Amino acid sequence: MIAAFALILVCQLFGEVISELFDLPVPGPVIGLVLLFFGLLIKRNPPKVLTDAADNLLIHFSLLFVPAGVGVVTQIDRLKGDWLPIAAALTLSTLMTIVLTALLMSRLLPKAKTAKNAEDGQ
Amino acid sequence: MNETDITQLWVYLSTKPLTGLTITLVAYAIGFWLYQKSDRNPLCNPVVIAIALIATLLKLTGTPYATYFEGAQFVHFLLGPATVALAVPLFRQTETLKRALPVIVLGVLFGSLMASASTVVLAWALGASPETLASLAPKSVTTPVAMGIAENIGGVPALTAVCVIATGIVGATLGPMVMNMARLKDWRARGFAMGVASHGIGTARAFQVNETAGAFSGLAMGLNTMATALTIPFLWHWIFG
Repeated sequence: MIAAFALILVCQLFGEVISELFDLPVPGPVIGLVLLFFGLLIKRNPPKVLTDAADNLLIHFSLLFVPAGVGVVTQIDRLKGDWLPIAAALTLSTLMTIVLTALLMSRLLPKAKTAKNAEDGQ
Repeated sequence: MNETDITQLWVYLSTKPLTGLTITLVAYAIGFWLYQKSDRNPLCNPVVIAIALIATLLKLTGTPYATYFEGAQFVHFLLGPATVALAVPLFRQTETLKRALPVIVLGVLFGSLMASASTVVLAWALGASPETLASLAPKSVTTPVAMGIAENIGGVPALTAVCVIATGIVGATLGPMVMNMARLKDWRARGFAMGVASHGIGTARAFQVNETAGAFSGLAMGLNTMATALTIPFLWHWIFG
C-alpha cells in the first residue's frame, strides 16, 4: 500500500516538475495522470495494491472538493456583483453540454452487443 | 461552562489544524448520511450539505476561511494524488478506448469546447466582468486542474473552485432529468456526457446509478481534464491575447 501511494506521489511530483520546467499551462497532477496511464499501458497488468490504492482514493472523491467549496465564503462580495450571469451561464451551459454531448455520443458510439439501456430513467 | 469559557475554548481550538480537518469529515459524514436517508435523492448532495454546514459554522463563529483551511488543507491536498489515480479507472477502459477512439476523442473535444465556450459567451452576454469570465471558463474540469487553468488565464482560482463545484452539482442533480426529457437511453452516452460536463461530482453520481454509465463518465472526465488543460490556456491567450 505504501509503495502504491509512493508511486502515485512520484507521478504527481514528476508531473509538477515537468509542468514547472517547461512552463506548461497544464497542471502537474494531469501530467502525473498521463504518466501513470502510459506506465499502466506498458506494464499491462497493474499490481492489485496499486489499483486498490487508487480505488480507495477515489471512493469518496467528492469529499475532497469540500475545502475548496467552503472558499465560497471568501467570494461573497464578488458573487454579489456577478451572481446572476454566473448562475445562469453555469446552469444553462452545463445542461446544454450534457444533452448535446449525450446526443452526439448516442449517435456515434458503435452499438454494444449487450446494450442495457436506461429504463427507469434515473 | 459560561459563554466566555466557550468562546475562549473555540479561540484555542480554531487555531489547531485538527479542528478544520475534523469539521470537514464530520460535515461530509452528516451530508452523506442525509443523502442515504433521502433514498439517494440527487438534490441532497453530500458536498452541498457539507459546504453549507461548514460555511454557516464559520460565519456564526466569525472564523476566517484561512484558519479553517489550515486543517482542511490535508483533505484538499489529496485532490492531487486522486487526480493521478484517475489513470487506473481510465486504464480499465483501454479496450473501449481502442474500439471507439476517434468517436471518443471527438466527443471529448466537442464537450470540452462546448462547456467552456458556452459559459463564457453566456456570462459575457449577461455582463460578467473579464475576471469572472476567466474564472468560469474551466468550470467543467476537476477542481485542482480548473484552478490551475484559471490562474494561467487571469481568473480568480477561489471563484473557479466555487464555479466548478456548482457545475458538478448542477450536472449531477439536473443532468439526468434533462437527458430523460431528451429521451436519451444509452448508458454509455449518458455517463460520458456527465463526465465531460460535470467532472468528479457527475461521475460519482453516474457510478451510483449504473456501472457502465460510471465507467464512461470516468473515462470522459479523465480525457476532458487533459483536453481542457491542453486547449483552453492556448485558445484563451490566442483569442484574448
